[in-house]
Amino acid sequence: MGKGQEGMIVPQEGLQAEGLAAIRGERLVFSGLSFALPPGGALLLEGPNGSGKSTLLRVLAGLGRAEVGTLRWNGEDALSDRTTHATRVAYLGHQDAVKPGLTVAENLAFWGTPPEIETALARINLARLAPLPARMLSAGQKRRLALARLALATAPIWLLDEPTLGLDTTSVAALGTMLATHRASGGVVLAATHLPLPLPGAETLRLAA
Amino acid sequence: MRKLLARELRLSLRHGTDSLAAILFFLVAGALFPLAIGPAPETLARIAPGIVWVCALLAALLPLDRLFGADAEDGSLDHLLLSGLPPAAIALGKATAHWLTTGLPLLLAAIPMAIMLRLPDEALPALLLGLIPGTAFLSLIGTAGAALVLGARRGGVLLPLLVLPMAVPALIFGVAAADAAAVGLAARPHLLLLSALCAAALPLCPLAAGAALRSAAE
Repeated sequence: MGKGQEGMIVPQEGLQAEGLAAIRGERLVFSGLSFALPPGGALLLEGPNGSGKSTLLRVLAGLGRAEVGTLRWNGEDALSDRTTHATRVAYLGHQDAVKPGLTVAENLAFWGTPPEIETALARINLARLAPLPARMLSAGQKRRLALARLALATAPIWLLDEPTLGLDTTSVAALGTMLATHRASGGVVLAATHLPLPLPGAETLRLAA
Repeated sequence: MRKLLARELRLSLRHGTDSLAAILFFLVAGALFPLAIGPAPETLARIAPGIVWVCALLAALLPLDRLFGADAEDGSLDHLLLSGLPPAAIALGKATAHWLTTGLPLLLAAIPMAIMLRLPDEALPALLLGLIPGTAFLSLIGTAGAALVLGARRGGVLLPLLVLPMAVPALIFGVAAADAAAVGLAARPHLLLLSALCAAALPLCPLAAGAALRSAAE
């Protein structure tokens, strides 16, 4: 991972997409989509509902399939081996993927060791709720739990679908700190959003409906 | 992989009703036969292996539609697929969890059931030995089926239609092993064939289920 590959295209650091297109159902959601993100870069995906922001994030995660186009990470074709690509990606979908029957800490047990989980929960101000069953959480707290899973991720590419939905201002600030730390360590962030995000210097990609 | 298994087992303990429902269904369905056919010991003893096997087959199906269904609904499946494990390993982990939480308890519940149905004592070991690869085979086939019907409307109805025909070979050899033991013949050939089925399903079913999971996420 992270090893540049010698080829026709000059190896470049970071994430590059070239001519991506995706079909959902029988509809072409977007096509000819290109962007380049250097390490530490951030890209905001904007556009009306149904313009394909979530579809693009799933394609970039390797969950969805791109009909045409290439995605490169540090010059390497990223989507040819999706299992390897998965280790580079941390994905925050619009669903929180929280199991109501498990406690807050247990919900994260698959993703990290107990000390790591404690730190991750503290970063998003959830440490106090760690022993509570997740079914007691409010919608915003569940979103924070999903963000804590993100904080556990060591992957360089963060794909966020409406990350601040239902968050209070304190948590948005905490997310801002997380994003800044991640970018400072060379990671990239792509976020689909309708709300202002704490991502200074982010470029914007507008998707048409 | 070990963490996935730990997660599945913990989830199944917290939502323990799934496994319990399968076992209770197994026992209740088995108890219906003496009521319907009559309590004559010879009749029951003759059909006991068949009853145990059919009931185990049906009971093992019960938790299957939640095997991936719950994870697909709340978005956990995406995260599992992004965990860096190959999809086939996720499917194998799920199948193992299904066997530990459903197959193994069914195996234990088969003992009182067989005794209740007056199964000849000499046939009991063959029945249980057959159920070990048999339930494992069911978990594997069932996992593949559950992954295939993900995202389908009325997947819960489709699932038995898909899985039950594929489970027929296990049923035939499993019952034949117990029947052979009951009349003093060797059960070993049947058990070996059953184990061979299980050995073939062990690599094939997770691969099929993994591919199905990938396409369900798309």
